[in-house]
Amino acid sequence: MDDTKGKIRTFFSRFFRTSELKDADDIFALGFVNSLFAMQLVTWLEKEFLFTINDEDLDIQNFNSIEAISGFIGRKTSTAVEV
Amino acid sequence: MRIELSPEQERNQVEFRLFTKEHIAPHATAHDTTQRVSAELVKRLVAARYLGSFLPKSVGGLGLDMISYGLLHEEIGKACSSLRCLLTVHDMVALAVYKWGSDRLRAKWLSRLARGEVLGAFAVSEPNAGSDVNGVETTAVLSDQTYVLNGSKKWITFGQIADVYLLLAKSEGKATTLLVEKDSPGLSVRPLKGMLGMRGSMLAELVLEDCLVPRANLVGREGFGVSSVAFTALGLGRYTIAWGSLAIAQACLEACLRYASTHKQFGAPLRDHQLIQRMISEMIANTAAARLLCYEAGYLKETNDPREILQTFVAKYFASTIAMKAATDAVQIHGANGCSSDYPVERYFRDAKIMEIIEGSSQIQEITIAKLGFQEHARNVLEEETLYRENAVSA
Repeated sequence: MDDTKGKIRTFFSRFFRTSELKDADDIFALGFVNSLFAMQLVTWLEKEFLFTINDEDLDIQNFNSIEAISGFIGRKTSTAVEV
Repeated sequence: MRIELSPEQERNQVEFRLFTKEHIAPHATAHDTTQRVSAELVKRLVAARYLGSFLPKSVGGLGLDMISYGLLHEEIGKACSSLRCLLTVHDMVALAVYKWGSDRLRAKWLSRLARGEVLGAFAVSEPNAGSDVNGVETTAVLSDQTYVLNGSKKWITFGQIADVYLLLAKSEGKATTLLVEKDSPGLSVRPLKGMLGMRGSMLAELVLEDCLVPRANLVGREGFGVSSVAFTALGLGRYTIAWGSLAIAQACLEACLRYASTHKQFGAPLRDHQLIQRMISEMIANTAAARLLCYEAGYLKETNDPREILQTFVAKYFASTIAMKAATDAVQIHGANGCSSDYPVERYFRDAKIMEIIEGSSQIQEITIAKLGFQEHARNVLEEETLYRENAVSA
């Protein structure tokens, strides 16, 4: 999981400074998210973690922090294994 | 590195070329002058399975790879940009439903969109919202299980004949995309004519007056209308516009090579005049460069590489810019003939201008490409630092 969070943090660092960002900080509330970032995040998650994001996944709670995204990845990849 | 088409892509290219030559090219001028495409030709496109062609075979598409899909746009676009636009807007809707539609929505629409049995159109632009998609003013108010829409959409490509629209509205201030059927109560469709270019694209204005749309027609979730649904569709649209722009540049080049070989000035063929040669040289170089950018964007799309986003912006920006340059020079080389509808370059000239505006104006591309360029730079710096640290540790 820590490795996953590290990957997310590295991805984020391409868009904004992450040195002060805590795992639970809300990146939407901090104003870090725009449409272009959101599109790149979806593409990156699908490519990096080999799952597909669909309409049921479109919930801010899945994407608003490093912790949330890490949890989302965990749920998606465990679902993929079960299937 | 090998930059060449696979045997299957070459076969596809030949098929698209023959289809275009036989069925589309003879009607391209008429599409422009009558400001419409024939229903018969649309039926032929459907029969050839060229609408929704990029979708997997499992849902009814042809399963074209992204390079073949680009070639389809190039071949059709060389003959008729107006008709090529139908593929763009229809496929944007098909992709949005494929990627973000609910199971119920996909069950109802996806197979029909993939087979072209229904035509889709992308309804985002408004009188006060073009490049600024977040600025749409159309509202969607949810009442029980129905959205009530009010507002208007303008310059909707093939809006006159579409069966269903992927429409962007604001619901409680949140960007929301809905599938709106053409016979929805409260929706009226008004043809728009007299555009500068792509005059056969059958543009329409949609007027929504308490237009009722079932809640089940929501694509994605409220609040994700721009960041997920519209941007996914626009990503594909931008890719097709890059190829369509390349098509115009290639058509200009071919027209100029023909014309300069057969027309004389000062007792010598135009091809022998050095200033004509310069314009043709630029056209050749720019078209070749645009083609490589399109190939790269296609390859990155095919491999689902996140860098495809930047590369598609670059391809669209460059290809549309050089298409306009090629068309301007093509008219110049043709002289007075170039200003006449007796030759196709005046149509290419008008169509090329549209390419610099649709799917994000050149100015929007310039802002976005620079922004993405700085991101790439940040990523490269990080990777270099990591590499340096790792080497330092191992040493």
